[in-house]
Amino acid sequence: MSATVAAPASVERGESPARRALRRFLRHRIAVFGLAVIVVFVATALLAPWIAPYDPLQTSWTAIRRAPSAAHWFGTDENGRDVLSRVIWGARASLMAGVVSVLAAVAIGVPFGLLAGFAGGWADAVLSRIADAMLSVPFLILAIALAAFLGPALENAMLAIAITFSPVFVRLARGMALDAKSTDWVEAARALGNPAWRIAVRHVLPNIVPPLLVQSTLAIAEAIIAEAALSFLGLGQQPPAPSWGSMLNSAQRFLENAPWLAVFPGAAIFLVVLAFNLVGDGLRDALDPRAERR
Amino acid sequence: MWIWLARRLAQILPTLLVLSFLIFGLQQLMPGDPALILAGEERGDPQVLAQIRAELRLDRPLYEQYLHWLGSVLTGDFGFSWRIRMPVAELILEKLPVTAQLATMAFLIGALIGVPMGILSAVRRDRPADWAANAVALFGISTPNFWLGIMLILLISVQLGWLPPSGYVPLTEDFRQSIATTIMPAFVLGTNIAGVLMRHTRAAMLTALSQDYVRTARAKGLPERVVVWKHALRNALIPVVTLGTIEFGRLLAGAVLTEQIFTIPGFGKLVVDAVFNRDYPVVQGVVLTTALIFVLLSLVADLLYMAINPRLRHA
Repeated sequence: MSATVAAPASVERGESPARRALRRFLRHRIAVFGLAVIVVFVATALLAPWIAPYDPLQTSWTAIRRAPSAAHWFGTDENGRDVLSRVIWGARASLMAGVVSVLAAVAIGVPFGLLAGFAGGWADAVLSRIADAMLSVPFLILAIALAAFLGPALENAMLAIAITFSPVFVRLARGMALDAKSTDWVEAARALGNPAWRIAVRHVLPNIVPPLLVQSTLAIAEAIIAEAALSFLGLGQQPPAPSWGSMLNSAQRFLENAPWLAVFPGAAIFLVVLAFNLVGDGLRDALDPRAERR
Repeated sequence: MWIWLARRLAQILPTLLVLSFLIFGLQQLMPGDPALILAGEERGDPQVLAQIRAELRLDRPLYEQYLHWLGSVLTGDFGFSWRIRMPVAELILEKLPVTAQLATMAFLIGALIGVPMGILSAVRRDRPADWAANAVALFGISTPNFWLGIMLILLISVQLGWLPPSGYVPLTEDFRQSIATTIMPAFVLGTNIAGVLMRHTRAAMLTALSQDYVRTARAKGLPERVVVWKHALRNALIPVVTLGTIEFGRLLAGAVLTEQIFTIPGFGKLVVDAVFNRDYPVVQGVVLTTALIFVLLSLVADLLYMAINPRLRHA
C-alpha cells in the first residue's frame, strides 16, 4: 500500500506532525466530504436569519400541514410554520448543544484526568471511582435523569450532556498522563526541576491533543443525538423554539397524513451525525502515529 | 483466579458507594420543595407540609437522610412512587421483563448482522464487500434510533400495514403477536449494536489474521476456510464477547426512546413517564437499577473473558 512509501517521504520532507496529519486527512476523501457537510451546516446555522425563507415561528392558519411545494420546499407543520425554516434554525440548537456540551465535558474531564494520572494515590482512586460510577449508568439514562432533576431547558440539557460525557475524558486524560509519566522526556523535565503542574500543562497536554481531538469529534456526534433525544422527550429546547428533536416529537402525531414533518428534521440529524463520525474516523486514521509504519 | 475475582469485587464496592452518593445527590438537584409537590391541593396548609416533611425525613440532616436511604435500598426498598401509589421496586420488576425481551431480541438481531459482517469485511479487507460493510456499520451508528423507528412505522405500519405501529403483547400471552409487536423496535435497537459489533469484530479479526499462528496455519497448507474459522475467528471472538456484554447494558438506555415511540410499556417508558410526572423516586430507582445491571454485566463480561481465554485462568 501507499502508506509504506509515504513514511520515509514525510521524514525526508522534514514535515511537522500537524502538517503530516493534515495531508493524511485530506487524502481521506470521505472524511473531507464529512468536513464539507459540517461546514455547510455550520454556515446554515450562522446565516439562519438570512437564508431561512420564512420566520420559523410565524404560524399561518391558511397553510396548515401543506405537503412540500415550490413555496414551502419541506412543507408546513401543524401550525402552518415553514418546515425548511425551522430545520435551518434548528441547526443552531443542535450544533451548539453538540459543540458546547462536548467542550464543557473536555473542560471538566481533562483537568481531573490529568490530576488523577499525575497525582496517583488517593486523588486517583477517588476520581477513578467517580468516573467508574458515572460510566456505569447508561449515558442517556443519566442524561435524562439529570435533565429531569435540573428542569427542562436547552441549557440544562447541555449541562446534563456535558456532565455525563466528562468521565470519558477523565479516563482518556488519565491514561495519557500515566503513559507520559513513564517517558524519558517527562523524566528529563522532572530532573530539571519543573513542578508537576508545569509538566502536565507543557509536556503532557500537547500530547493528549490528537486523541482528544478524535474523541471529541466522535463525542459531538453522540451529543447531537443526545440533545435531539432530550428535546424529543421535551427535556431540551422548549417549543415554539425550533429544534430537530422536538420537531420529530410533534411529527409523530401526524405520520399518516403529513410524513414530511418527520422526514426532514430526522434526515438533518442523521446527516450531521454521519458527518461528525466520518471526520472523527478520518482524524483517527490521520493522527495515528503508527499508521504509516505498518 | 479466586484472588482475581476477590480483587475485582473489592474494586466494585467503592464504585457502588460513589454511585450511591451520586444517585442520592440527584435529589438535591431537584427544583423546588418536594413536600410542596406532594401536598398538591393542600400546599397552603403548613401542618400538612410539616407532616410530609417528617414522613420523608426531609427535616433531618442530609447525612441522616442518606444513611436512611442507603439502608432502605440495601434491603430492596427503593421508595414509593409519588404518582402511582406503588413501591418503586415493584414497578421496576413489573416493567423489566418487557425491556429484557426487547433487548434480547435487539441483541440477537445486532449480533446476527454485525458479527458476520465484521468477519466478511476483515477477510475481504479493502475490497467492495469491506467498503459496503463499513458503510452499513456507519449508517447503523449514525442513525438516531428514534428517527429510524418513526420512519419504519411510516413505511411498514402506515404505508404497507404489515405490522402494528405500537402496543405490546407479552410473550406468555401470545407468542406470535408478541414477536409482531416487538420485532420493529428490536430491529431499530439492533441496527446500532450491529454497527458497533461489526467494527469490533472487524478490528479483532484483522488483528488475529496478522498473527504468526495464522501465517503458520496457512504455511502448513490448511484451507483458508479452516484458517479463518478455526484459527482466526476463535481468537477474535474473545474481545467481541466481552464488548458485546457491555453493549447489552447500553441497550437498556437505548430502549428509552424506542419504547416511547412504539408505546411499549417497559423500563424506558417507565422512566420517561416518571420524568413527566415529576415522580422523582421512580427516576432515581431506574437510574439505580440500570447502574446495578451494568456493573453486574461488566463483571459477567470479565468472567466470560476468563472462561473463553484459558491463558487468563492460570495468570
